[in-house]
Amino acid sequence: MPDVRIVNLTKKFGEITALENINLLVHDKEYFSLLGPSGCGKTTLLRLIAGLIEPDSGEIFIGGKRVDDVPPEDRDIGFVFQTFALFPHMNVWENVTYGPRVKNFDLKQAETIGDEVLELVKLHERLDAYPNELSGGMMQRIAVARALAAGAKTLLLDEPLGQLDAKVRNEIRYEIRKMAKDLNLTAIHVTHDQSEAMSISDRIAVMKKGKIVQVGTPQELYMSPSSLFVAHFIGESNFLESSVADARNGDLEIELRGGVKVRAVNGSVGKGERAVLVIRPEIFAMESGLHKGENALVGKVEKVTFEGTLVRYVIKLESQDSVVVVKPSLAEAWIDVGATVTLSFASEKAHVFAYPEAGLMEEISV
Amino acid sequence: MNKRLFRRKLTDSLNTLSSKKAVKYATYLAAIIVFFVLILFPPIIGIVIKWSSISQVLDQPLLMGRAFTAVTNSFAVALLVSALDVLAGIPMAWLITRGKSRWLSVLDTLADVPFIVPTAALGYSLLLFWNKPQGLSSLFGGSLISEGWLLIVLLHFAFSYPIVVRVLVGALLDYKVEYERASRTLGAPPLMAVRTVTFPIIKPSIIAAFILSFARSLSETGATFIVAGAFENGPVFIQNVKNEFSSVALATYEGATVFASLILIIVSLTIFALIRVFGSRLRLPFKRIWPSAERKLSYSKAASSRNSVTLIVFLAIVLLPSLFVALPAFQAVLNGTLSAAVSGSGVWSDYWQSLLLSYLLGGIVTLLSFIVGLPMAIVIARKKFGNLPSSLLDILVNIPLIVPSIALGVSLKFFWQSFTFMPEFLLLVFAHLTITYPYFVRSMSAAFERIGLDMEEAARTLGAKPFSVFTTIILPLAKYSILSGAIMVFTRSVSETGATVAVLNVGSNLQTAPVVIVNWVKQVVPATSLEIGLGCGFLILFSFIILLLLRLVTRGKGRY
Repeated sequence: MPDVRIVNLTKKFGEITALENINLLVHDKEYFSLLGPSGCGKTTLLRLIAGLIEPDSGEIFIGGKRVDDVPPEDRDIGFVFQTFALFPHMNVWENVTYGPRVKNFDLKQAETIGDEVLELVKLHERLDAYPNELSGGMMQRIAVARALAAGAKTLLLDEPLGQLDAKVRNEIRYEIRKMAKDLNLTAIHVTHDQSEAMSISDRIAVMKKGKIVQVGTPQELYMSPSSLFVAHFIGESNFLESSVADARNGDLEIELRGGVKVRAVNGSVGKGERAVLVIRPEIFAMESGLHKGENALVGKVEKVTFEGTLVRYVIKLESQDSVVVVKPSLAEAWIDVGATVTLSFASEKAHVFAYPEAGLMEEISV
Repeated sequence: MNKRLFRRKLTDSLNTLSSKKAVKYATYLAAIIVFFVLILFPPIIGIVIKWSSISQVLDQPLLMGRAFTAVTNSFAVALLVSALDVLAGIPMAWLITRGKSRWLSVLDTLADVPFIVPTAALGYSLLLFWNKPQGLSSLFGGSLISEGWLLIVLLHFAFSYPIVVRVLVGALLDYKVEYERASRTLGAPPLMAVRTVTFPIIKPSIIAAFILSFARSLSETGATFIVAGAFENGPVFIQNVKNEFSSVALATYEGATVFASLILIIVSLTIFALIRVFGSRLRLPFKRIWPSAERKLSYSKAASSRNSVTLIVFLAIVLLPSLFVALPAFQAVLNGTLSAAVSGSGVWSDYWQSLLLSYLLGGIVTLLSFIVGLPMAIVIARKKFGNLPSSLLDILVNIPLIVPSIALGVSLKFFWQSFTFMPEFLLLVFAHLTITYPYFVRSMSAAFERIGLDMEEAARTLGAKPFSVFTTIILPLAKYSILSGAIMVFTRSVSETGATVAVLNVGSNLQTAPVVIVNWVKQVVPATSLEIGLGCGFLILFSFIILLLLRLVTRGKGRY
């Protein structure tokens, strides 16, 4: 069963540490994403799993078998490259059947597999075309078909949708997931696009500067980010600098700039310490005028942007913090620029983190 | 008027001029006319007007047979050498581009050494190393390799090696390793990945390397003459015939020369045409796959010892023999030959003059190549007169490259002879220009193609006039290509022997340095081995210094 297990993996390029002490378990038949900003080491990790580069220390297991010393051709993996890397001197058919042929399958078998995978990606009519005659979307499908044809049970995808335009990208990502699921593959998908990772993954590992910062299902990452970085990188968040006025049994009283006090329950920051209050834009309730109540924040509408499905408001609070609020554009009446509004939020939906030593901007920077 | 203002005005007026279509196209047209009138036609017409002299040898079966054998030898040697060079060059280029040691840049530079050593000096160096008692032979008693075809093969292998490695290194640097990695992840062992994916993709460069090596081997005269002994290939045959007949039976000499030159030219043009047409369709058994055998081979001892074998071949067959002449040169410095040399007594009086002539000629030819070659490179790269004329010119420009240089020189001589006012020195300049022109145009047009039109267009949209675009965008970006083109032209001119002896009158006092070296080695002018060694040593030393200066002058940050 091809689960992929990584133990204490470290990789350096000269002076630079690309990956530091990575531990990870990807389950059998799971669709797993490695998500992070460029330069975080996610592609390096994928290439280590594939055997395209060698680790400095640590162990890699595929299906329970240690593969550190196994060359890439014997790791039984399929790899989809960001640039597709379709062989330019071979046509579609030759590209797709390359794997079965070099793996010494007999000719009949190779042809059957070729037929099957081309059927799967619905490109059976372009057998004779050369890669330079195909569109980006077609090249992408052939690249996947070629990786699948070698019969591997582990599929590694390195930014497989990065070269496609937005519309095609959104279609193909679901197709790839469906194929992986239908064929019972273990898939590891590298991307820097959080919405792509969120929409197709069973689980996601968020990476930053050579380390894995959180692993979880898309919901877990979104609902309970373990760090400011994850809260910032997954979805959108408002960060309010504050301090903890009181802390009792997980019940926190947070004092914002300007003295306004609110209540939060998620977080473990000691009394008197500096903190950051994190609130997602869609969590706020917003009413025109001044209203009293728990967790009420008063401000003025500074900017209104229509984004199609949503309307985005920028509110300048009395504390001088600017926060973003989003509302469905058709379901609610819009509020005009300059209007005074009262925002409120549910205590259990906000998160409190200790103020980072390096500074807030440094902590959340990609 | 101060200097700055003057420059400003000059640039302005050149800019205005360059904006006029008529001026631009007049320049391009002039470059094309110069190419046809000075470079392409003379060697062709020269042979044609002497066509009738062939009758002189048709009734001399002995001479005809000699000529045939010589030409056959030429092609056999060229084929063997080019095949060996490509075989040896691929792992070397691989090591340079894929290796991980930081000594690789040193290796990269060392691989260029035989290219910078003028071939006559290289020939003597190899002769010393393989044949003379001072060299390797001393270990075995007698001479290890006698003068003849094997020594010619070793020589040609050595001087083509840098060219082949350079071309293949360029190809491997441009090649996307991703293809090979894809092949590995699909299940191909290393060797199979390289054979089924990498080689087919860089095939055009492998063919180009083969052609360059082949042409160079066909052409080379001076060094080949030094190591040939009684063996004759085309150029050596022409040289021998000149020595034997030119003063006693001029008609026989002309007949035999035209005959041999004609076969050399026709056969080589045919071969290159064939390679051009069928090369791209050539399918080595790339598609066949032998999974288990290739897997075994990939991880066998043969594969792991590849780098050591490559290095040994390079050191023992290319580098060491090429630089062996430094040994007698060094001895000469110690034993007093040096003072004789500096005082210019005996054989040395001609030597210094010839050295000066060689470098002067090299300088003039480099400058001329630049002037007439640059617009031509632009015409070809930017397709100024449409697709078809440009690709046609692209092919025509290469013709001097594949015509054996001695045949080219013979033909040029015949052509310009009819113009009695033609000074010998100018003839020499034309001969060298013809031979070096393709090198410069090729490297420049490749560079312009690489730069791409978008840079030019960006500069134009920002308000730059064509001349400014050229001086501020294209020249700076093409600086290194211009430098390497100039180095090629210069070294090629300084090395040139075949065409030089062919165009010179008997007893001419315009002997270039390689001609003098050849005469010394062949004892036409009696010289001791220390003297020859020192003569070669100076030639190499000065070439190195000039190249180093060139590099310093054009030194800049970063490569583009």
